[in-house]
Amino acid sequence: MTTATLVPDTRSTHPGPPPAARSISLSETVAQSITMAHRGLIKLKHNPEQLFDVVIQPLIFTVMFTYIFGGAISGDVKSYLPIIIPGILVQTVITASIVTGTQLREDMDKGVFDRFKSLPIARISPLAGALLSDMVRYFIATTITFAMGLAMGYRPGGGVIGVVTAGLLVMVCAFAISWIFALMGVLMNKASSVQGISMLILFPLTFMSNAFVPSHTMPGWMQAFVNVNPVSHLVTAVRDLANDGHFGIQVVWALLGAAIIVAVMAPLTVRTYMRKT
Amino acid sequence: MNLSVPPAIEAVGLVKRFGDATAVDGVSLTVPTGSVYGVLGPNGAGKTTTVRMLATLLRPDGGQARVFGHDVVREPTAVRSLVGVTGQYASVDEDLTATENLMIFSRLLGLSRSDARRKSAELLEEFDLVEAATKPLKNFSGGMRRRLDLAASLIAHPPLLFLDEPTTGLDPRTRAQMWETIRRLVAEGSTVLLTTQYLDEADQLADRIAVIDRGKVIADGTADELKASVGMSALQLKLVDKTRVEQTRSLLAESLGVEVAITPEAGRLTAPLTDPSVTPELLIRLREHGIAVDEITVSKPSLDEVFLTITGHGTDESDSAAAESDTERSVA
Repeated sequence: MTTATLVPDTRSTHPGPPPAARSISLSETVAQSITMAHRGLIKLKHNPEQLFDVVIQPLIFTVMFTYIFGGAISGDVKSYLPIIIPGILVQTVITASIVTGTQLREDMDKGVFDRFKSLPIARISPLAGALLSDMVRYFIATTITFAMGLAMGYRPGGGVIGVVTAGLLVMVCAFAISWIFALMGVLMNKASSVQGISMLILFPLTFMSNAFVPSHTMPGWMQAFVNVNPVSHLVTAVRDLANDGHFGIQVVWALLGAAIIVAVMAPLTVRTYMRKT
Repeated sequence: MNLSVPPAIEAVGLVKRFGDATAVDGVSLTVPTGSVYGVLGPNGAGKTTTVRMLATLLRPDGGQARVFGHDVVREPTAVRSLVGVTGQYASVDEDLTATENLMIFSRLLGLSRSDARRKSAELLEEFDLVEAATKPLKNFSGGMRRRLDLAASLIAHPPLLFLDEPTTGLDPRTRAQMWETIRRLVAEGSTVLLTTQYLDEADQLADRIAVIDRGKVIADGTADELKASVGMSALQLKLVDKTRVEQTRSLLAESLGVEVAITPEAGRLTAPLTDPSVTPELLIRLREHGIAVDEITVSKPSLDEVFLTITGHGTDESDSAAAESDTERSVA
């Protein structure tokens, strides 16, 4: 780590202008983002109630959806579990990523963001840091969803490796998707409007997918959407990994989709954030 | 003095509009290195907006500004590495403790973990925050927040400090502490740009003062020059016996050598006072003549009077000013 941003305390003896930082390197950007992520973790430590949603939602949704749809769709709960657990997992974690946008908006309204803006740090680091520290939220949601499934009799065929890989895939994709909600957070003026708009995006995306119900039972026009919906690909990828331990083309699609979202949304979000100042 | 050294701040014709309102309307300032420059003006005059533009927090709609020769729009990173900003609204993290705040800011500025820890401890000591170091800021008083905010601005030893209304809303004791701190920083060689609503504060701390109103610099000079342009203190007397007003008037006029105004109905007299320390002698003379005084005030020119004198209108807190300061906050 460099100390180029520190101005030596020699101005009284030096007649020349003080030395200034010129630019911020990639390694500095990464270090600053990690520091900002650390800040997010400290905030969670002081306000653990912010984790309420990622603890409660998987508990309720897993039980509710499994027992409501289980009999109707798969004949019994046990045979529905391999379908619904990956579906609930994806839905819960993506829902958790909405909160990232809302909290970012609330955070940006506080005075401390003024200081972040006034520091010689990469503009992306306060945003990336906030999004990185929310990976903790996704981790909690993922763990609880799988634990609930196991408790209800889910026996994933992919074994420990399959389940862990599936969990990691969902977390990575949620991080990517959270950039969409971060853009909402930067664009909108109120946390409540971020929440509202994000819900409008989220509901069609998660329900018009194969997360809860096999897509062949839906009308043709909807199947067309369900089959291209990135959430469907992610759900299928998670089922492949967790149920069969199969690392297939769907996993590649999910990762590629995540990469595209970050590549498009991250620069857009940072640019919007800078323009708002 | 080396002429090739650029001034700490050189702003020419800065303009910032929020919708239809022009918050800053062609502000030009030159702040020499090593000086304390006061920007004096009422709420909503455009002080905060000017500081935010100079500190790269707002993009100017017109004009140019350089900080130690670096353009605030084209070289924001260079400018940010040279300035510290302490705002009117403390820009520290409410959810974190004082130590955590300083650690995070130190790490962001590139200090190693051990350096950051040492620097944080040092600043907490210096700003008398050691006892509160591990408490969340939610439990901090306004003065403590402000001190922590200032401490956070000093982590990198910035050669230029922006202090935006550093004492607004503080109690007199905390204000005095803040003044001490600012004096010490200046003695250590920092250049300071200070905004304030208080003539007294600018007088106490600043080498040079710009008076700003409705987005424009309307006067610029040393504190003495400014005061001379505003006028002097005023003596007001109210007599117990109203019939002796005329006699008192001639007594005062004779002693002070100035015109004395009378408000006959109320039995009041008003006289300009070049030197307020003559007041006790005046009172003694009045007693020698058996004139009883009901009320006496000696007042310095207030910011209101400064504005009245320079602009021909008062500080106008209520209407346009309040509206503009709202805009500033919502945009911020």
